[in-house]
Amino acid sequence: MNSQKRRRTLLILGMAICLLIALGAARAAAQDSGVTVIKNATVITVTKGTIEHGSILIRDGKIAEVGKSVKEPAGATVIDATGMFVTPGIIDCHSHIAVEGGVNEGSVAVSSMVSVGDVLNPDDVEIYRDLAGGVTVAHVLHGSANPIGGQNQLIKLRWGKPASDLKFEGAPLSIKFALGENPKRSNFQPPPGIPQRYPESRMGVMDVIRQAFVDAREYKKTWDEYNRRVAAGDKTAIPPRRNLKLDPLVEILEGKRWVHSHSYRADEILQLMLLADEFGFHVHTFQHVLEGYRVADEMAKHGAGGSTFSDWWAYKVEAYEAIPYNATIMTRRGVIVSINSDDAEEARHLNQEAAKSMKYGGLTENEALRLVTINPAIQLGIDKRVGSLETGKDADLVIYNHPPLSVYAVPQKVFIDGHLYFDREKDLAMRADNEKERQALVEKEKKAAEAEKKPEEGKGKAGAEKKPGAGAPPSKEAQPKPPVKPPQDATAASAGHE
Amino acid sequence: MHRDHKYTPKNYLAILAALALAALVALPAPGQEKSKEKPRAAEKTYAIRGAAITSLAGPTIKKGNIVMRDGRIVDIGADAAIPADAEVLDADGLEAFPGMFDALDQAGLQEIGAVAATVDAHELGEFNPQLVAAVAVHPASEHIPVIRAAGITHVVSAPEAGGFGGGGGFILGQASVINLAGWTIQEMLVRRSAAMVVDWPGLNTRTFDFATFSVKEKPFADVKKEYDKKVQELTDFFDEARHYQQAVEKGSAQNYVRDLKLEAMIPVLKGELPLLVLANRAHEIRSAVEFCDKQKVRLIVGFAGEAMKERDLLKSKNIPVILGPTMRLSPDEDDPYDKFFTLPSDLQKAGIRFAIASFGLEFVRRLPQQAGNAVAYGLSYDDGLKAITLYPAQILGLDKDLGTLEKGKIANIMITNGDPLELRTEVKYLYINGKPASTDNKHRQLYEKYSKRP
Repeated sequence: MNSQKRRRTLLILGMAICLLIALGAARAAAQDSGVTVIKNATVITVTKGTIEHGSILIRDGKIAEVGKSVKEPAGATVIDATGMFVTPGIIDCHSHIAVEGGVNEGSVAVSSMVSVGDVLNPDDVEIYRDLAGGVTVAHVLHGSANPIGGQNQLIKLRWGKPASDLKFEGAPLSIKFALGENPKRSNFQPPPGIPQRYPESRMGVMDVIRQAFVDAREYKKTWDEYNRRVAAGDKTAIPPRRNLKLDPLVEILEGKRWVHSHSYRADEILQLMLLADEFGFHVHTFQHVLEGYRVADEMAKHGAGGSTFSDWWAYKVEAYEAIPYNATIMTRRGVIVSINSDDAEEARHLNQEAAKSMKYGGLTENEALRLVTINPAIQLGIDKRVGSLETGKDADLVIYNHPPLSVYAVPQKVFIDGHLYFDREKDLAMRADNEKERQALVEKEKKAAEAEKKPEEGKGKAGAEKKPGAGAPPSKEAQPKPPVKPPQDATAASAGHE
Repeated sequence: MHRDHKYTPKNYLAILAALALAALVALPAPGQEKSKEKPRAAEKTYAIRGAAITSLAGPTIKKGNIVMRDGRIVDIGADAAIPADAEVLDADGLEAFPGMFDALDQAGLQEIGAVAATVDAHELGEFNPQLVAAVAVHPASEHIPVIRAAGITHVVSAPEAGGFGGGGGFILGQASVINLAGWTIQEMLVRRSAAMVVDWPGLNTRTFDFATFSVKEKPFADVKKEYDKKVQELTDFFDEARHYQQAVEKGSAQNYVRDLKLEAMIPVLKGELPLLVLANRAHEIRSAVEFCDKQKVRLIVGFAGEAMKERDLLKSKNIPVILGPTMRLSPDEDDPYDKFFTLPSDLQKAGIRFAIASFGLEFVRRLPQQAGNAVAYGLSYDDGLKAITLYPAQILGLDKDLGTLEKGKIANIMITNGDPLELRTEVKYLYINGKPASTDNKHRQLYEKYSKRP
C-alpha cells in the first residue's frame, strides 16, 4: 500500500476517533433538560463568599439561583455533589489552543490585519484536554513576533461545536502587542536568504508602535471627516480607502478594541503606558509581565491589568528576574492580576498555579482563586457574564473532588452555558469503547492493506519507486520525539513561547 | 570519592603559598596559648527538636528529634537524646521529611536557556562517555538556591541531548549526584558518576528543520536505515570499549594508548555504572532493553512515556524507570487526557520500579507538584513521597546514603509546615549534608526589595 493511501486511512481513522469523542460530548449535551440542580456541594462563588452544603440551580444556560438550598424543578437533572467543590469555570487569559497552523504572522512588524478568529480549529484535542482541566474560557492570542500583532479571539471551550460556535459572543475586541526579545527577534534566526526584520531593539519596537498610531490617527481623521460630511447630508462625499491594518488601531483609539501586550521588562512596560497616554488609549493587560512587580504602582495608576505565570523563569534573559511573588506584589499594589498558561498543558492546572501565590507572598484563598476566575474575566471585559457563581451569570462551572487550590483536586464535571461538556466518569467509561473501536479500525485497515497489496504489485515498479514511503509507520511514531526537557522549555528557548 | 584531583605544578605553588600563609597566621603571638586554636576538623552537632517526623523508613513519629554530625544522621526518634553542645532547631508544630531528590535535571549546568554562553549541558559529537556533569556544575548558579528552597536537597545533574536542531549526541556523558549546598563542587558531590546517559535514537519520520523553520517528512525506510545504522554504531563502540577493557586489564601499559572515551566505558561494561537511557516510545524502550540485555549492562530507562506498553518486558527484567514530568501532554491525541498523571500509578500497579524527575531546569521546583498530581490521579500518598525521595535513591543504588531519614544516612532534611506535595506548603528549614542550608534565594531577595518600594 502506498503512503498516500496510508495517510488517507490514518486521516479517516483520526477523524473517526475525533467524531467518537465529539459524539460523546454531544450525547452528554443532549441528555440535559436545560435545568440542572447541583446540590450538597461546597459552593465557592468567588465574589459572594463560600456556601457549605450549598446548591446551584441552572436554567437555560444561566445560573438561576445559588444558595443554601434552591428550588428543585420537576424534570431537573439533579447532581448530588456531596463532598465536592464547585467553582466558576477557569478562565485562561493567554492561550494558543484551537489554532490551525502557526500563531505568528511574523513577516511584518505590524500584523494587525490578521485575526486568530479566522483560523479556529474546533477539532484541536487541546480544547478537550484543557476543558478536562476545568478551563471554560480561553483568550486565544496571536503570537509575539510583532510589536503590534494580530487580532485575538476569545472562545468558550464548547468541545464538539463548530468553530463559529466557539467564539465568545459579545466580548470586547482584542489585539496582541508584544515588547522585548520576541518582537526584536533576539532568539530567532531568519531562514537563509530572508533579511532580518526591523526592529531589533526596544527603541525600534516602540518606534514601530508610535509610527503605527501616527498613521492610524491620520487615517481616522479622513474617516471622521467623511462621516461628518455624510452626517451633514453631503451626498458627494467619497469614502476613504479602507486600510485593514489601520482599522483595528482606530478601534483601539476609539476604545472598542482592547490591547493585551506581551511584555517582560519593567522599562518596556512603562514605555508602552507612556505611549498609550500620548495617543489617548489604554493598555488593558500586560501579558507575562514578569517584571510587573517593579512597576506595579505605575500599572495600577494606568489601570492596566497583569496576566502572569506562576513560577516560570530563566528561559531567556528577560525572564531572568522573574519571581513567583509577582502576582502577589502586583495584587498588593492594586493591579488586577491573573495567572495564565500560554500553553495547553499548563492550562490544565491553572487552579494549582494560582494556589502557589498563597505560598509566594501570602495571598488569601479567595485572592488566589480570583487569579483564574473573576480577575481574568475583568481583564477581558466579560465579568458581567462569567468569572463567578452569581445569579444571572453564564452557568460555566467546575465540580472538583477536593478543594480547588489543592494539588489533589481533579475536575469531575465541567459545565459551559449549563451544558455538561466534560464528565470524568463518562470519559473513563468511554475509553474501553474507544479502544475497541480503534482496534477494529486497525484490523479493517490491515485487511484492506492486504487486499490491496496484490493489485498494487501488478501496477509495476515505477509507481512504487516514486513513493518510497511504503510501510510508513502509524502516525504515532511520526511524532517528533519529545525533548528531554518538558515541552514548555522547548517552546521558550526556541520556537518562541508567545 | 573524588579522584579527579590533579596537582599541577601551578596548583602546588598555590597550595604551598596558602600553607605558608596559614602557618604564619596560625603562629601563636608571643604570650598566646596555642591551645586556644580551634581544630578545623571537629564539626558541629546539629539537632532538630520536636518535629513530626516522616522518615519513610517506618511509622511517622508524632514528635521526635533528629541529631546529625559530620554530615550524617546519628540519632533519630521520639527519644533521641540531644547532646548538650548541639545547635538545636525547635521544630515544634513543624514536620520533617527526607529532602527531595530530583533524579534528572540540569542543575548547575545551565543558567539561561536562550543564552548559549550560559549553557554547559550538551556537547558536540555522538559518543561522549568521558564527559562528567560535575566538571561543569556551577556552584554559584542562581538556580541552586531557588531549587533548594522548594525542599529539593540533592539532584542528578545530567548532560542532555544537543540543542535545537543540533545533531544531538548519543552517549551524552556521566550524570553526577550533587547536594544543593556547598562552596565548591567537591563539597557538593555525593557521587561523581551515577549513570551513563544515553539518548536512544527515535524512528522519527518528521523532523523540524530550523534552517527553513518547517517540518520535514522523511520516508520510513530511510529513517529505519539511519536508525539501524546508529544502533550498529553503538554496538561497534561497545565492542571497541570491550577490547580496550581487555587490553587494560590483561595487557601492559605499553600495549595500548590511553583513550579517555573507551576508558570511561569500563565501569559500564563491568556493570558498575548503569546506562540511563532516555527512551520515550515503546520501540525505543524495547530496543534499549534488548541492547542492554545483549551487552549485559545495567539499564535505567529515562522519560519512558510509553513504559506501560512495555510493562511485561520491564517487569520481567526488573528494569526501573525514571519518569518524565507528570504534567505533560501526550503527542498522541487519542491517548487518555490524563495519561501522564496516571502513569506512576499504572506502573506501581504493574510492579515496575519508578521515580519521577523534572528533566529540565526551570521547573525543577515543581517536583513535589509532579508527584502531587500523580497522587491526585491514583498513586498512593506514600508512593508519591517516595517517588521523589527513596525510589530515585534505590534506582541509583544510593539508598544506603539517601532517601529516608535513618541513622547513618546523609542528613538531607526538609522541615515544612505541612504536606510537602501540597502547593501552599512552605519549606521552613533545610539541612543538607548535616548542616543548615539557607532557603533564601534571588527570588525572595527581589520580593523583599520590591515589596519595600516606597
